[in-house]
Amino acid sequence: MSNLFDLLVAGLATGAIYALVAVGFTLLWQTSQTINFAQGEFVMLPAFLMLAAMHAGAPFWLAIILGILLSMLLLGLAFKMLLVDPMMRHGVLPLAIATMALAIGLKEAVKQFFSAEASPFPSIVPTGDVSILGHAVSLQSIGVLVLAILAVFGLTALLNRTSLGHQMQAAAQNPTVARIIGVPVERMILLTFLINAFLVALASLLITPIYLAKFTSGEVLGQAAFIAAIVGGFNQVRGAIAGGLLIGVLDNLAAAYVTTQYRAAVPMIFLIAVILFRPQGLLGRAEERTV
Amino acid sequence: MKSTILAGALLAFATATSVHAQAIKLADVAELSGGGATVGTNWKNGIDLAIEEINAKGGVLGRKLEVTHADSQSNPGVARAQVQKALDAEPYVLLGPGYSGSVKVTAPLAAEAGIAQIMGGEAAELTQAGNKFLFRTSFGQQSSMPKVAKYIHDDMKAKAVAVVWVNNDFGRGGRDVVVKELDRLGSKVVADLSTEAGQADFAADVGKIKAANPDAVFVYLNEEESARILKELKRQGVTAPLMGETTLIGQKVIELAGDAANGARGHVGLTTDAPVDLIKAFRDKFAKKYNYVPDHNGLKGYLAIYMVKATTDKMGKADSKAFADTLHGLTIKAADEPGILMDVTFSDTGDIDRQSFLVEVVEGKQVVKQVLPKVK
Repeated sequence: MSNLFDLLVAGLATGAIYALVAVGFTLLWQTSQTINFAQGEFVMLPAFLMLAAMHAGAPFWLAIILGILLSMLLLGLAFKMLLVDPMMRHGVLPLAIATMALAIGLKEAVKQFFSAEASPFPSIVPTGDVSILGHAVSLQSIGVLVLAILAVFGLTALLNRTSLGHQMQAAAQNPTVARIIGVPVERMILLTFLINAFLVALASLLITPIYLAKFTSGEVLGQAAFIAAIVGGFNQVRGAIAGGLLIGVLDNLAAAYVTTQYRAAVPMIFLIAVILFRPQGLLGRAEERTV
Repeated sequence: MKSTILAGALLAFATATSVHAQAIKLADVAELSGGGATVGTNWKNGIDLAIEEINAKGGVLGRKLEVTHADSQSNPGVARAQVQKALDAEPYVLLGPGYSGSVKVTAPLAAEAGIAQIMGGEAAELTQAGNKFLFRTSFGQQSSMPKVAKYIHDDMKAKAVAVVWVNNDFGRGGRDVVVKELDRLGSKVVADLSTEAGQADFAADVGKIKAANPDAVFVYLNEEESARILKELKRQGVTAPLMGETTLIGQKVIELAGDAANGARGHVGLTTDAPVDLIKAFRDKFAKKYNYVPDHNGLKGYLAIYMVKATTDKMGKADSKAFADTLHGLTIKAADEPGILMDVTFSDTGDIDRQSFLVEVVEGKQVVKQVLPKVK
């Protein structure tokens, strides 16, 4: 029982990070029909930007701020203007392929200019345990979970409770009508790219102390978050959150109770089941598109 | 005037060609990227340092050493292609790879070409297949694991042991020997966990270890995964003592795992913290050149080159075909060849006999607790 509790907490902590990344997937899809296959590498890069800032002499807190700002500049603004905007007019598929190329480019660039070896990364959450319901739970797990949940709640509040959020939703749901009623659609789309960049930088900050900073570390994350987004519902932020948490827990329980050797297969099997029986995702809504 | 310049240029070209022809060419295939990048980078740097030293002193039998480095990407398939390419250039000796899986698929190629292969792999089976051209730079698992099992049983007094291993040739080889030895000594394996190479998340594996409540945990993973599991073991508050091999308490693991590495123990065939003056001097030279402290793979690469030098000196000529026969049964003494760092004897199978160390990580540093002597 104690083992199950530990597994649930660890799974939720990892799942919360998957959720952050998956939310970014859904945001970009909703506002600009961008399927970003470089999303995993987007999580890998901010850690290296922060490490570079620290190597240049910046203290950790300043490196975090610089890393997040640089991520928003590179993975938000530059990504949209230099890759998404020029490729978008060619359709969804060429853009998706371009993001795959970007993923390879980012990995190779980090390998070339930083190192192919893993690097340690400091944790913003102190080590140690706290007792919850008689179980010792690590502060790191709780810290990761709390920060990720705060970020997701903050985003949900922004989308649902503010005028800016309503404009973003309007721009995502029907850009033509949104334009007519005076919503600056282009600016709203840019904002979602910046929010995505912020979320991946936060995910990077939380996961890298556990996974270590390595040029390949985005591969696992990108795949898990992509599965989470599809399982939860690609067109719903709440679906991505649920999908992330579910995949995190499922992965840990499968590794512990089924087999560690085939742990990666379990979320995949779950994904296939969802696609077969509920293609819109667990919390998603069915969409029809003209082909 | 023109003819003088032309003659000078021709002379320079002829001299350069002659020096080039005299060089002894070595080929290295190592894990310069991918999961084994730490292994391969240290190995490569060790090789380069040794070659620089030897060439600065006039080379081997008056000939300079030259090496080409190729990246196996930590992938046995790529390693095989790179080794084939390297062998096509007819090197004097083949160096690497470091991963046992890559050695396993490349060793038949080198043997077929009749080229000696000096490698970093530690899987027991590598030198048990009758290959007459394969040589180790460190202990094979059949030499080290019985020492590890004995330490877990006798010194740690562990009756129940959790064994965590990486699911590849290296991990499986070590796991098989240690489980057999623990069983023979009377310690029970209460958890036998395989993990994947490159695995990032060890929460579930550590959860299983906690549930098994062992007296000791034997961890046998590659360096980066070792660091990740050490962090997770600390995160989940596992207090059972940790025992491993070189890959659990290497410099890179300590750097990556930070505080979580403290208290971990391991049997080490080679360590830069060994109480041996020549090794200390090597460590200083390496750190000065590369700005970091090498792990055992740096030592392996360095030793590989001095194995080439000592064997060639013994033959009195650079004869690629006679190299393997000369190295079999050879004892190289550090007093005669300081670059070999410790006295070493090579068996007829390419295995080595050398003193080894029992190490514990204390406050982020390897501390040698026991020196285990050479067997013969």
